[in-house]
Amino acid sequence: MKRVLIIGATSAIAEATARIFAARGDALFLVARNAERLQAIKADLDVRGAVRTAIATLDVADFTAHRAIVDRAERELGGLDTVLIAHGTLSDQRECEGSIDALRREFDVNALSTMAILTMLANTFETRKAGMLAVISSVAGDRGRQSNYAYAATKAAVTAFLSGLRQRLAKSGVDVLTIKPGFVDTPMTANIANKGALWAKPDMVAAGIVRAIDKRRSVVYLPWFWAPIMLVIKHIPESIFKKLKL
Amino acid sequence: MAVAGTSWGRYPRARQDIVPLHWRDAPLPTVDGSMLAYGNGRSYGDVCLNDGGTLLHTRGLDRYLAFDPVSGVLRCEAGALFADILDFVVPRGWFLPVTPGTRFVSVGGAIANDVHGKNHHGAGTFGEHLLRFELLRSDGTRIECSPTKNVDLYTATIAGLGLTGLVVWAEFRLLRIAGPWMTQETRRFASLGEFFALSAQSERDYAYTVAWIDCAASGGAFGRGLFFRANHAPATTAARASRQRRLVVPFTPPFSLINSFSLRAFNELYFRRAREGHAIVCYEPYFYPLDAVGEWNRIYGPRGFLQYQCVVPSAAAEAAVSELLKRIAAAGSGSFLAVLKVFGDRPPAGILSFARAGTTLALDFPNHGAATFSLLDRLDDIVAAAGGAVYPAKDARLSGTRFRQYFPRWQQMLAHIDPKFSSGFWRRVME
Repeated sequence: MKRVLIIGATSAIAEATARIFAARGDALFLVARNAERLQAIKADLDVRGAVRTAIATLDVADFTAHRAIVDRAERELGGLDTVLIAHGTLSDQRECEGSIDALRREFDVNALSTMAILTMLANTFETRKAGMLAVISSVAGDRGRQSNYAYAATKAAVTAFLSGLRQRLAKSGVDVLTIKPGFVDTPMTANIANKGALWAKPDMVAAGIVRAIDKRRSVVYLPWFWAPIMLVIKHIPESIFKKLKL
Repeated sequence: MAVAGTSWGRYPRARQDIVPLHWRDAPLPTVDGSMLAYGNGRSYGDVCLNDGGTLLHTRGLDRYLAFDPVSGVLRCEAGALFADILDFVVPRGWFLPVTPGTRFVSVGGAIANDVHGKNHHGAGTFGEHLLRFELLRSDGTRIECSPTKNVDLYTATIAGLGLTGLVVWAEFRLLRIAGPWMTQETRRFASLGEFFALSAQSERDYAYTVAWIDCAASGGAFGRGLFFRANHAPATTAARASRQRRLVVPFTPPFSLINSFSLRAFNELYFRRAREGHAIVCYEPYFYPLDAVGEWNRIYGPRGFLQYQCVVPSAAAEAAVSELLKRIAAAGSGSFLAVLKVFGDRPPAGILSFARAGTTLALDFPNHGAATFSLLDRLDDIVAAAGGAVYPAKDARLSGTRFRQYFPRWQQMLAHIDPKFSSGFWRRVME
């Protein structure tokens, strides 16, 4: 049995991942903004076999509330083995181009809140010399594009932060996993008519996350084919990249 | 944004706005025009389509609410698939009380079409096992329906083709099983008379009966087929066959691969190669042989296909089925997938329930346009004359006149239909 904390537990990918943990008989502490939705997920995970499911509401933009939530999770589960940080918003690029407040909000939610929570957890995990910190970043963070560079920048910040944290914690035996999903077919994207071969289902991505956690990987692209795609995209020279429509 | 959507028969094509549902506490969206719940799109025609309107995609509603491992009562959201439920309950010693020939149907779809299976003679339709469900109406009210609470809406929603509102969650009773194994027996039959005799003598001792019939056979071979009868195996059964292998039809060929030549050859081979006698098989290949071939509906080419499933009352059954088969063979149409089963004599669970005392015949027809439609109209003449009915879940072309003949209680539905809900099928048969 693992003791798992999930932040952003009502996201489609997080919920699908929690189902796999529940079926294994893990204990779960779920954090998200909406209490009713957390309740619906809790009932489901209890049926699926979670040995224990506790829930708590949190708006990650409220930094003063982070400490209490993490402490509560530790207390309720009697310690933590795995943390999955999955919260985030898909930024509105246009809005961020016109409003510093919007841009700042995106950084608070997608980047700073994640780093704040990780900072707390890293210190406790480091002293304990065990544990897994798994964080959902994005392939978007690998290179900024005109269509989503605000979002990409928040994810790039998270990816860089995780890379450094991984180095620091490696000597303590604490694992840090950077998860980079590509296009995922969630209810949010149902109106995109022709989803090509690049689109993945949340439960496929979830299975990949659990596999990467089990294998104590460092970085995982989900599905795997995003690794070669991003390798190519990262190496396009700026002189050419700036003329592309991507 | 309107997007093209299809049902399993890939005919007709419809365009509708898609609204994905993900949370059971959320209100229905405000839409112009009408809406309709859409689960996994496994009904064949247009009962799950709403051209020009909105489809509420329910696959995001797939959570469990409660499961009692002692009584086998399961409550889940209506977008949950039978396939997922089976993966969950079979290892715990439970099985679906009733299942159609594919496990890729949603619970909501199973209710809306009041699906039946190979155990109809003993267990009836899915609706008979429904303990209660919550219906969300477009005026925002949530109504719990059961055999004792809001009974009218309960019987209108079972087989109600999704017209009474959105089923948010449902609770039903599962069937106790010892394990995933089935004891199956296969018997050849040479004529329709033999089929009916086999069926009658199997009803008492076999929970599941169904037959494949060679719809291309004529002359001395007319009415031949294979009879399959089965029970859930007892606990002592040793594990053997593994789970199903999965194949996929990777693309839609430019024309139907099913024609009268391939059909005759295939049926001949299938009939001769069948191994008679007893076998122990896993429930998956037994109940869902076609699920092993992903996207098998593509074999009929870009124009899709029409399935025709009818039921004819017992007294007239042998004569009517014989006439139907002759008509189909003469047209050189039909397909490999021809299924025959004798239903039990049970009161219907819903106002528009299809399953009723008699014999049901189901088969696919590649869509050859006018010729196919005219053949199906001729089949309707036979079914109507025999006092039978056609299954809306499989239909894409039935006329309003025929529908009202087949479902004489249709007017009782009208008071219960949600004013904001409609479907392509319903508008067609109400014309």
